[in-house]
Amino acid sequence: MSSFWSIWITVLSLGTLVGCYLLLRMCLTNFAGVEEGESMGHSFDGIEELNNPLPGWWSKFFLVTIAWAFGYLLLYPGLGNWEGLLGWKSSNQGILSLAESKAMVTASKEAGLLVQYDREIAAANARYNPIFEAYAARSIEDLATDKAALKVGQRLFLHNCSQCHGSDARGATGFPDLSDKDWLYGGTPEAIKESIMHGRRAAGMMPWKAALGGEQGVKEVAAYVLSLSNRKVDTELAKAGQTKFALCMACHGTDGTGSLAMGIAIGAPNLTDNTWLYGNSPRSVEESIRNGRAGVMPAWKELLGKEKVHVISAYVYSLSQK
Amino acid sequence: MTQSNTSAVDYNFDVVRQFTVMTVIWGIFGTLVGVLIAAQLIWPALNFDTPWLTYSRLRPLHTNAVIFAFGTSALFATSYYVVQRTCKTTLFGGKLASFTFWGWQAVIVAAAISLPMGYTSSKEYAELEWPIDILLGIVWMSYAIVFFGTLIKRKTSHIYVANWFFGAFIITVMILHIGNSMVIPVSLMKSYSIYSGTIDAMMQWWYGHNAVGFLLTAGFLGMMYYFVPKQAERPVYSYRLSIVHFWAIISLYIWAGPHHLHYTALPDWVQSVGMAMSMVLFLPSWGGMINGIMTLSGAWHKLRYDPILRFLIVSLSFYGMSTFEGPMMAIKSVNALSHYTDWTIGHVHSGALGWVAMVSIGAMYHLIPVLFNQGRMYSIKLINVHFWMHTAGIILYIVAMWISGVMQGLMWRAVNTDGTLTYSFVESLTASYPFYFIRFVGGVLVVAGFILMAYNMFKTIAAKDGSLKPVEAF
Repeated sequence: MSSFWSIWITVLSLGTLVGCYLLLRMCLTNFAGVEEGESMGHSFDGIEELNNPLPGWWSKFFLVTIAWAFGYLLLYPGLGNWEGLLGWKSSNQGILSLAESKAMVTASKEAGLLVQYDREIAAANARYNPIFEAYAARSIEDLATDKAALKVGQRLFLHNCSQCHGSDARGATGFPDLSDKDWLYGGTPEAIKESIMHGRRAAGMMPWKAALGGEQGVKEVAAYVLSLSNRKVDTELAKAGQTKFALCMACHGTDGTGSLAMGIAIGAPNLTDNTWLYGNSPRSVEESIRNGRAGVMPAWKELLGKEKVHVISAYVYSLSQK
Repeated sequence: MTQSNTSAVDYNFDVVRQFTVMTVIWGIFGTLVGVLIAAQLIWPALNFDTPWLTYSRLRPLHTNAVIFAFGTSALFATSYYVVQRTCKTTLFGGKLASFTFWGWQAVIVAAAISLPMGYTSSKEYAELEWPIDILLGIVWMSYAIVFFGTLIKRKTSHIYVANWFFGAFIITVMILHIGNSMVIPVSLMKSYSIYSGTIDAMMQWWYGHNAVGFLLTAGFLGMMYYFVPKQAERPVYSYRLSIVHFWAIISLYIWAGPHHLHYTALPDWVQSVGMAMSMVLFLPSWGGMINGIMTLSGAWHKLRYDPILRFLIVSLSFYGMSTFEGPMMAIKSVNALSHYTDWTIGHVHSGALGWVAMVSIGAMYHLIPVLFNQGRMYSIKLINVHFWMHTAGIILYIVAMWISGVMQGLMWRAVNTDGTLTYSFVESLTASYPFYFIRFVGGVLVVAGFILMAYNMFKTIAAKDGSLKPVEAF
């Protein structure tokens, strides 16, 4: 901040504290003009006021807190640009990017600054990283049989993944069930880890209403898609939909078994297994076709680090191995 | 409860009567909504799948109802009463006082309709949308004109200490309300704050904490300074203590807002200054408690038979407890444990139910017979029952929230040997259920007490003029 604001803040803060001190000093002397313990001599609706002195313990305690405040503002940043004798900061401030954050962490470590967040993270890393490095050195298949490792993986999952995929990993509308054997991007240890590390962005189910010639086309294709999973549908509609399904084959395959069956990881679901990411009702299938869908799995590499992702991958992998 | 002769001055008690009756009615309404949402936290089905009854909409209704409907009506009633009696003059402004009553009730009704409908500015304790905010501002300015106009035409040489506190609260709340409610309207019931990001957060908590500091502390200290000495029939303990704690409170409180934003994007220097001032605020806050309780010197025996005095004195004990707890929670390392937990809810209710509600209830029990030409309330016994119900309710409430708050704080920070968190959020929620139930029971006791109070009040009003004779002290 500019030195004007720095001085402004300093003067107001210290002025308030000094003002409190002077006020206390004034009221410790008997300025009232009557003997201590006597009435002030005015009556308000029958209420009088006595001129009793301030309780000694109270005024001393008040003085201590004022002195403490001066001390605190001397040691810690508070008075405008004054950084405090301890050089303490809660965190590196004013950061706009991850790169900037990393640079500032390094810079403040080199300068010996007392940045609380950096220090706590460094201490946690020193203590816990070896545990995860040891896990990361083992294969995911191996970890998936290690009960202790799975427990750790489960806790990480509960804190970072359950918000979308559910505490039991069975997913929710728009968020895949991780406990079954149906995969959008592959259920091998490598594919799971890849999904968590870098995230996934569905190539995008585009809105098809216009291309299908309006609402009737949407209904026809939906009927055909539902029929692929042996659902009861209007056969006339499904038949009409089958010809239009040609438009869908590029991603979902000629038989509708999805992109994974064709060996490409673009996340186009298998439409023949009666597993529905966005709901199994004709209405939601129609909605998917009409307006499209765009699922996103965020990338966790930077947030959790590759070692923790490795352990979570083992946990997720273990769920479909039962 | 002997009253000095009031015939000398023709006081305007009409508006005082109106606010007094509405205080009790809004007291029932506000706490009832509180009990409903407390129950919803245990039995979510109690929102009956209606958007208007969801927790998110009723919670601001509860806070607005207790702070602005109940608490502020009590402040209007008592400040209008006290300023007249201690200045020996009738209210300034004639019909303007009556406008503040009807205007204020209109604000409350607008809040009670718009909040459940989902209209909100999303600022805590300042949720009302801009048209209601403007009405609120106009009513508040009228209030200031009536109050300060009365002070100016006073017939006494000095201004009594209660009026210092009322005056400070009226001026500051006006500044806070206008400052924090600056918005750009985009439609009749939607607006955007002119502040953004961290500055918006800081403005909000500058407002939010001083709504607590000036409305719920300074205003009610004004109430205390009249009704405690009056009910105890004793002089105020120390004039000099009232000077030092008044000026220290109003100059320090305004700094304390940043302690609501510890360990956030708020710059470190603001957090430090906010914490330091919150700590220094501790003793000046206690000055009011000492002055109130010590006023009882020589009249302690009255607590044995006067439940009204008991309400007033116990309110001061809760005030002392909350104003010790507050500075403690403003310390960053304590705040790291307490923030975002039920501890905060417990702290607020120890202040709101313990201090604000009890001092108001005591003041109302003192005021109702005076306003309706009676020597006493219809039933002193019922006041006593109310006292014990209310006290038991608060204790259940705050103890439950303390335990569940500290438990939540400890569960959230518990770490396994591998560095992963021990508990997921939902586990801490499950562990809180028993305490939510105890809190609900406490709330039911408080509401039931308010209903008793309303019964007692209507019986007193309905009684024949002067038929309820004062009880002679024994």
